[in-house]
Amino acid sequence: MNSTLYSLVGLAAGVAFILALKGLSHPKTARRGNLIGAFGATVATLSVFLYVTPSKGEEVGHSLPLHNFWWIIGAILLGLIIGVPAARKVEMTQMPQLVALFNGVGGGAAALVAIVEYLNLGDTATTAEVIFTVFTVVVGCVSFSGSIITFMKLQELMTTRPVVFPGGRFVIAGTLVAVLGVSVWVVVALGTTPLLVLALLSLLFGVLFVLPVGGADVPIVISLLNAFTGLTVAASGYVLSSTLLIIAGTLVGASGTILTRLMAEAMGRSLFGTLFGAFTAKPQAVSDSAEERPVRSGSADDVAILLNYARRVVIVPGFGLAVAQAQHTVRELADLMISKGIDVAYGIHPVAGRMPGHMNVLLAEANVPYDQLAEMDEVNPTFGQTDVAIVIGANDVVNPAAQTTPGCPIYGMPILEVNHAANIIFLKRSMRPGFAGIENELLYDPKTMLLFGDAKASLTKVVSALKAL
Amino acid sequence: MDAIAIISIFVLAVFVGFEVVSKVSSTLHTPLMSGANAIHGVILVGAIIVADHSENNLELGLSLAAIVLATINMVGGFVVTDRMLEMFKTKKTDANQKNGGAE
Repeated sequence: MNSTLYSLVGLAAGVAFILALKGLSHPKTARRGNLIGAFGATVATLSVFLYVTPSKGEEVGHSLPLHNFWWIIGAILLGLIIGVPAARKVEMTQMPQLVALFNGVGGGAAALVAIVEYLNLGDTATTAEVIFTVFTVVVGCVSFSGSIITFMKLQELMTTRPVVFPGGRFVIAGTLVAVLGVSVWVVVALGTTPLLVLALLSLLFGVLFVLPVGGADVPIVISLLNAFTGLTVAASGYVLSSTLLIIAGTLVGASGTILTRLMAEAMGRSLFGTLFGAFTAKPQAVSDSAEERPVRSGSADDVAILLNYARRVVIVPGFGLAVAQAQHTVRELADLMISKGIDVAYGIHPVAGRMPGHMNVLLAEANVPYDQLAEMDEVNPTFGQTDVAIVIGANDVVNPAAQTTPGCPIYGMPILEVNHAANIIFLKRSMRPGFAGIENELLYDPKTMLLFGDAKASLTKVVSALKAL
Repeated sequence: MDAIAIISIFVLAVFVGFEVVSKVSSTLHTPLMSGANAIHGVILVGAIIVADHSENNLELGLSLAAIVLATINMVGGFVVTDRMLEMFKTKKTDANQKNGGAE
């Protein structure tokens, strides 16, 4: 393959990525869009094997096949053996952390590519190349370690609360200054040691950068790190003179930035507040307000009776529903109510689950008809005419504190206003607060009834009680 | 490649990136993020190029590690996105049944 043809294949792959992103933006074309993207990536990867890019100082590359050909094939196979089963077997509930992890390894790969090319170029590197290398190493490492932390938060391997330690902001600022200082050092002194120091400092910065972010805001950070990784790919494209990498990386960087903003808007958060909110918010009186306050708990029969005489019921599913694998049971309950002539809708909060759209995926998996899913803006005005709102394993997305308590971590986040419904039923495992770690006043409301227990077991009981009526 | 050409490509790609995703319903945020995530796995191309250029064991080792990571990112990313979108298949039959039942 000659260089012109190689470049044209790269261009075609770039176009495929544009079409992929465009397709992914609409429900009807989304799946095809993803396949187009996969096609483009495959073609681009195959084309590298048919053309040798000249390394520094060469006019043309060596003859085919590539150096280290079998090593390369082996590494790709190893990646396939790890990546494909992980992607195929993951539970849909754990999918957000898998995306975080995939993003992190992409960032790590970009950083490694930049480091190798830097070692390879040695003294022949131009200043511009060194600057782009430094950028790729810094941002790639931040994306890598930051994504690992988001993974641990979502997998609940560590606390989901913001981690803030005394003087934290000075440590972060200090690390950032050190990263910038060492970056200059690398550009001026050109050595392997400074680059290694830079990589380690960047990894540290990535950890410190994500630690203060609260659990509910983690998706926004994943999206941001995703955009970061895109930019590192673009920068390494400059160093490797690959138009394809520049186009693909920039596309992801730009669309990722917009997507991050859209997500933050859907959650009613500013990006700044998400990243630095933990430092400015006053320490919240999270748990002192309500230790032993009375709650009204009921039985499955009580719930069934309430539902039997309702005209309109809104089901608010949350992550707890998915954890209990109760999607199918909730659908059974909804079908039963519909057969009794009750008007049923699902109220879906934009960030129900762990990520925007996550809950739609989980319910679609249980074959819940798409037209029963109502988005927040549709369903909120109807709560006034709703007899019963059933909140299943959700908490933060219905917490009125988001509207009434300035300074609480979720203040300003739009919520599903179930507090306007005539009756509220909470299916909960315990009185434990939600992912954001905030007490929910609604649990103590006189019109609220709590049904404790595993969501699936509780729902099964409600279904049989309702059938008996 | 000269600097102007690269800057042109970069700036145009930024605008295209902004344009294609400017209006997306929140339902699709997660799959879109995941799909974009898979696309940057194309760094695999870069990893293969540096593996070819590698002149010693250190460089080769690092670039092979990059290949493994990039492959996981790219292939895993597209597969998991497809699994998510599989759930969004149109349920025309269900909708028709429901409408039919209501009338």
